[in-house]
Amino acid sequence: MKKSVSILVAALAAVTLLAGCGETSGSVSTDGSTSMESVIGALGEAFMNENSGIDVTYNPTGSGSGITAVSEGRCDIGLSSRSLKGEEKESGLVETVLAYDGIAIIVNPENPVSDLSLEDIAAIYTGEITNWSEVGGNDAKIVLIGREAGSGTRDGFESITGTEELCQYRQELTSTGDVIATVSQNPDAIGYASLAAVNEDVKALTVDGIAPSEDTIKDGSYVVQRPFVLVTKDGTELSEAAQRFFDYATSAEAASVISAAGAVPAVG
Amino acid sequence: MNAKKKKRLFENIIHAIFLVLGLLTVGFVLLISVYLVISGIPAIREIGIADFLFGKTWASTAAEPKYGILPFILTSIYGTAGAILVGVPVGFFTAVYLAKFAPVKIKKFMEAIVGILAGIPSVVYGLVGMLVLVPGIRSLLNVPDGASLLAAIIVLAIMILPSIIKVSMTSLEAVPPEYEDASLALGATPEETYFRVSVPAAKSGIAAAVVLGVGRAIGEAMAVMMVAGNVANMPSLLQSVRFLTTAVASEMSYSEGLQRQALFSIALVLFFFIMLINAALNFFLKRDKEK
Repeated sequence: MKKSVSILVAALAAVTLLAGCGETSGSVSTDGSTSMESVIGALGEAFMNENSGIDVTYNPTGSGSGITAVSEGRCDIGLSSRSLKGEEKESGLVETVLAYDGIAIIVNPENPVSDLSLEDIAAIYTGEITNWSEVGGNDAKIVLIGREAGSGTRDGFESITGTEELCQYRQELTSTGDVIATVSQNPDAIGYASLAAVNEDVKALTVDGIAPSEDTIKDGSYVVQRPFVLVTKDGTELSEAAQRFFDYATSAEAASVISAAGAVPAVG
Repeated sequence: MNAKKKKRLFENIIHAIFLVLGLLTVGFVLLISVYLVISGIPAIREIGIADFLFGKTWASTAAEPKYGILPFILTSIYGTAGAILVGVPVGFFTAVYLAKFAPVKIKKFMEAIVGILAGIPSVVYGLVGMLVLVPGIRSLLNVPDGASLLAAIIVLAIMILPSIIKVSMTSLEAVPPEYEDASLALGATPEETYFRVSVPAAKSGIAAAVVLGVGRAIGEAMAVMMVAGNVANMPSLLQSVRFLTTAVASEMSYSEGLQRQALFSIALVLFFFIMLINAALNFFLKRDKEK
């Protein structure tokens, strides 16, 4: 009992000391897109390592809820994995693109098909096109590999291709690694995975003639991508802690953290 | 006198410790059961028990979510039945061979192998299944993709072999030798003796082995998740299917709200199945003892 009290006192003293040294203390609440979990998680961790007094929290509720939360002042920074709509911007919200989420469409290296249009990809996943010969490949049935319901990659892929709730998956796997392993084992399979995870076991398709890379994702020419957006409210000043986190997340310094988390940083 | 008292006190303390440890296990079981029931009931109530148990569509993240788990229930039953159908004959005959026919050297060797089979982690079964079995089924049966109920049945059948072999062997070896001696003395061949005398005498133990296999098969998640494809289809041998276990495991990490509660309800249904299996196991073992 006595021991724990003294530890508590020591911890409190340490915190006050740090605060006294000019460190900002406080908390930053972020709320929104579940797909941004790995990016925000990595940024929060790196940021808290350098600013021990500040606590970054993340509430994974979905882009829509995050945008609502920031407009109602329930969180400091909203997280959205889509651009803000016109009416959202008119209501006084400001978007800052933090990073881009590039999704590679992958097939087996033996597959002769190397390019698909976005429409073809949507048609394949909704079951309108079922044979590779319809898109210039071998005469074989297309095997659709996807992710489990709730996965950020699945959500991103389906929202970009406009195939929400329409995909006729043959397999729903629970990790990027499983998707890549399965596609590398089956010459007729097609799958999707975060660009950062793609390796030489599978072939990333060009979409409408554009190969996925950091550059094509950043300039917007590769279309299977979506922005990760920080949403703030115009006219409302961020708390000192939140402002520091915001500055850190959009700095060139944080770019490597974002890349490591599997996204393409907007800066740097 | 004093020494005696001390000894008694010491024994009482030891007893108390053992009692507490025993109660701890009971406490865990109660805690898990109560927790599952409490967290599993609300979703069933909200969805409606008939829609939940007999609904054919599972679309938990759709704009209008549907929570029907009939495909999972049927898949779990078919998958387990298939694994038993394949695994029990193999396991049973192996056990009879090892317990009665095999030379000592072969028996020792094979027992060690069965022990290793029992010790392989399920994720390894899944990995081998994913990289060898699934492509194998694809090219052998000439289907577009090998991830299917069939692949899951084969993996499960192999996984339940060790428990079936070991438990059956134990009960076969426990058959009193007088029974066999009498049969042999009456002129029956060893084959006749082992299959007509030893096996019937050990039948409760063999039944227990089968039930144990059922329990293992119905509760397996990891290996199955890697070979079954995990799409919520109604079960069919070469289709991608989702089991009760994998339904919980695959969506748990991102779930929220009613979806999460529904996953607990699936776990409750699975728990109910496993309780049934346990009751069956107790029944067989009890009958064995009463004899």
